[in-house]
Amino acid sequence: MKARQKRLVFVGLALVGVAGATSLALSALQSNISYFFSPTQVMANEHPVDAVFRVGGIVVEDTLERQSDGLTVHFDVTDNAAVVPVSYNGILPDLFSEGQGVVAKGRIGADGTFYAEEVLAKHDESYMPPEVADTLQTAHVDGVVEQTAGSLAPTSTTRSPTQ
Amino acid sequence: MIPELGHIALILALLLATAQAVFPLAGSLTGNRPWMTMARPLAYGQLVFVAIAFLALVEAFLTSDFSVHYVAVNSNSLLPDIYKFSAVWGGHEGSLLLWALMMAGWGAAVAVFSRYLPLPVVARVLGVMGLVAIGFLLFMLLTSNPFERLFPVPPEGRDLNPLLQDPGLAIHPPMLYMGYVGFSVAFAFAIAALIGGKLDAAWARWSRPWTTVAWVFLTIGIALGSWWAYYELGWGGWWFWDPVENASLMPWLVGTALIHSLAVTEKRAAFKSWTVLLAISAFSLSLLGTFLVRSGVLTSVHAFATDPERGLFILLFLCVVIGGSLALYAWRAPDVSEGGRFDLVSRESALMLNNLIFVAFTVLVLFGTLAPLIYEAFNLGKISVGFPWFNKMFVALAPFLALLLGIGPAARWKHDSPWRLTKMLWLAFALSIVLLALSSRESISGGDFWVPIGIALAGWLLFSHLTIVRDRLKHKKQPLWQALKADFSGNGRSFYGMVVAHLGVAMFIVGVTMVSNHQIEKDLRMSPGDSHEMAGYRFEFLGAQKVNGPNYRADRGHFRVYRGDRQIAELYPEKRSYLGGGMPMTEAAIDAGFFRDVYVSLGEAVGGGDWALRLYYKPYVRWIWLGAVLMALGGTIAVSDRRYRSASVRSSAPAAAATAPA
Repeated sequence: MKARQKRLVFVGLALVGVAGATSLALSALQSNISYFFSPTQVMANEHPVDAVFRVGGIVVEDTLERQSDGLTVHFDVTDNAAVVPVSYNGILPDLFSEGQGVVAKGRIGADGTFYAEEVLAKHDESYMPPEVADTLQTAHVDGVVEQTAGSLAPTSTTRSPTQ
Repeated sequence: MIPELGHIALILALLLATAQAVFPLAGSLTGNRPWMTMARPLAYGQLVFVAIAFLALVEAFLTSDFSVHYVAVNSNSLLPDIYKFSAVWGGHEGSLLLWALMMAGWGAAVAVFSRYLPLPVVARVLGVMGLVAIGFLLFMLLTSNPFERLFPVPPEGRDLNPLLQDPGLAIHPPMLYMGYVGFSVAFAFAIAALIGGKLDAAWARWSRPWTTVAWVFLTIGIALGSWWAYYELGWGGWWFWDPVENASLMPWLVGTALIHSLAVTEKRAAFKSWTVLLAISAFSLSLLGTFLVRSGVLTSVHAFATDPERGLFILLFLCVVIGGSLALYAWRAPDVSEGGRFDLVSRESALMLNNLIFVAFTVLVLFGTLAPLIYEAFNLGKISVGFPWFNKMFVALAPFLALLLGIGPAARWKHDSPWRLTKMLWLAFALSIVLLALSSRESISGGDFWVPIGIALAGWLLFSHLTIVRDRLKHKKQPLWQALKADFSGNGRSFYGMVVAHLGVAMFIVGVTMVSNHQIEKDLRMSPGDSHEMAGYRFEFLGAQKVNGPNYRADRGHFRVYRGDRQIAELYPEKRSYLGGGMPMTEAAIDAGFFRDVYVSLGEAVGGGDWALRLYYKPYVRWIWLGAVLMALGGTIAVSDRRYRSASVRSSAPAAAATAPA
């Protein structure tokens, strides 16, 4: 009987711990996830108004502008169907460039500009973030899809070795 | 010609691995001794042929043989020789070959160091390792042959990803793989024990040093990766909760739980089925990590160009390994006798809580990593889980783990009294409270309450472990220092290994706490001649110049860093552009110190000699990696314990052999 009670205590403790951890984890998750939207969805106002989300696509050629402080940049992101203007204050990643895929995380301002807190460019020349690739495919612009497919072809890949 | 030899060697290695999986296992089940004795030679043979294949690939890289597709994609004739060599594992195919080489190496090591194990056990362990090797060699030959030729032969290679042209990254993957693959040994021991139906203390003792060694490699591998990301990516962070990082952390977390639960199984013959389950999980998570990384189902900043066919193969392999071993577990585990009983207050309880917390960590990381997939599968949208979530989860659980860590090693096996523990540890606890009060002052805590908590917990680990060491030596007649030396060179290795590893945890906690709460990061624009003051350091920018490297061109900035009036460092951060792919890269300049790093990385030129750049002040950041080094050192010391050395195992081996089913 005594051993059994002990086991019950252990099991009870474990259950309480698991239940507590799960509820804590799930509630915290809600405030820490960010959804991905394509420029088309943003233009259609499907995005959340007062929450952080991510937008991704291709940086439109000749739209990168740098303000005189040297740190604030503006550029347009497109999925070939719609365009979202993005503003970012900080240092852009090494592989950021016009005509390439990018994912920005931030909020949309009242002026319709997306204020990014974080900009992720691909980390590898031949890599396209899957969301961006999807976005481009759903936008049905053949030229770009071909170009994307070309850059994903295994003949032209470099890979990171981590694991 | 040589690449073809490598290819043939791989095929032969696959045949040997198949033989290694079939005959010894079949022999151990039917009692066919000659078949069982084939295990060792086959393991050596597999190593020889995989090594030949590996050397063939090394040769192709060193001679810049661009007719081999993999070489053409990952190397360049301008690449310095050392990176030509490390480029062998710079891509997918080569890293698989390295993986296979290590797998075969571990197998051969088991064959060498298992002379005192009963033959059926050796046969089963090597047989299971042969099965795993089949999976990897098939994977390589079917989907990722590193020796594939390219026609027409390009005049020049595409170059190794510049991020990988770094000494830290040359050794990071081998270390990491040693860890991953090392868990296959723990896995093989567990499966062998399940097949044999004999899970006992002897099994745990055989499996323990292997598991610890694998864990040591994985610890170093992860720490190196973190260190590399810190200085090479120029983002100034040491952990990003990226799927690829998480993939390596999960096996580490389960592996940590495993080495603790193995201790209980060895000493008290308890937790047996649980230990087996952990051994299966640790290796399965290594495979899952490979799947996640290679299949491209998750977005990662590590950004892999991936191939769905490969993902599918690994997924199938994963299903076979996990499904097969869990089925075996379900079939065999109910027969496992219950181990030694223990009371609520005992070391077993503490280790059980340790295991619960580590498993909880693993589940959280797994969930956070897979959440984007789960959301997408249920059509809830495309999400990413922000790193604050992971941080929150770990910070919520870690203090309990740290508190427990000070008590567990002090508790006795089976039964202890709370009163005895209180009497023993009250001083350590009181000192930690004093530390808490001292570090709550504004000048240290900076107003953040996590800082004093982190410092006090680290102090608690230090004080309690000192108490525990003292307590262990209190009956010795010699002076403390001599007693310590005698005990260390006597039977105390695994105890002192544990102490060192736990102090590594304390150091890690200090590093994480300080750097997370006190680091300063500043993006700014500077003109030549400008100065910027930050955290008591003055950064003077003297301008940037063009320089040429062996295979890149760079802008090199020149900074002087002053503390007060004294110049403490000159820093030369670079912005490189590699000739091979034209890929730009930031090379940060760091003045490293035991108590702080100052760190400059160049952003981009913004005209008129001005640069957008980033300055960092990172207090105690080195303690994070030094903590990991201490943990690994502790593991190494523990493995050198006398009872794992063959001579002492010999005494128990005949008894075990006699009872093992023939």
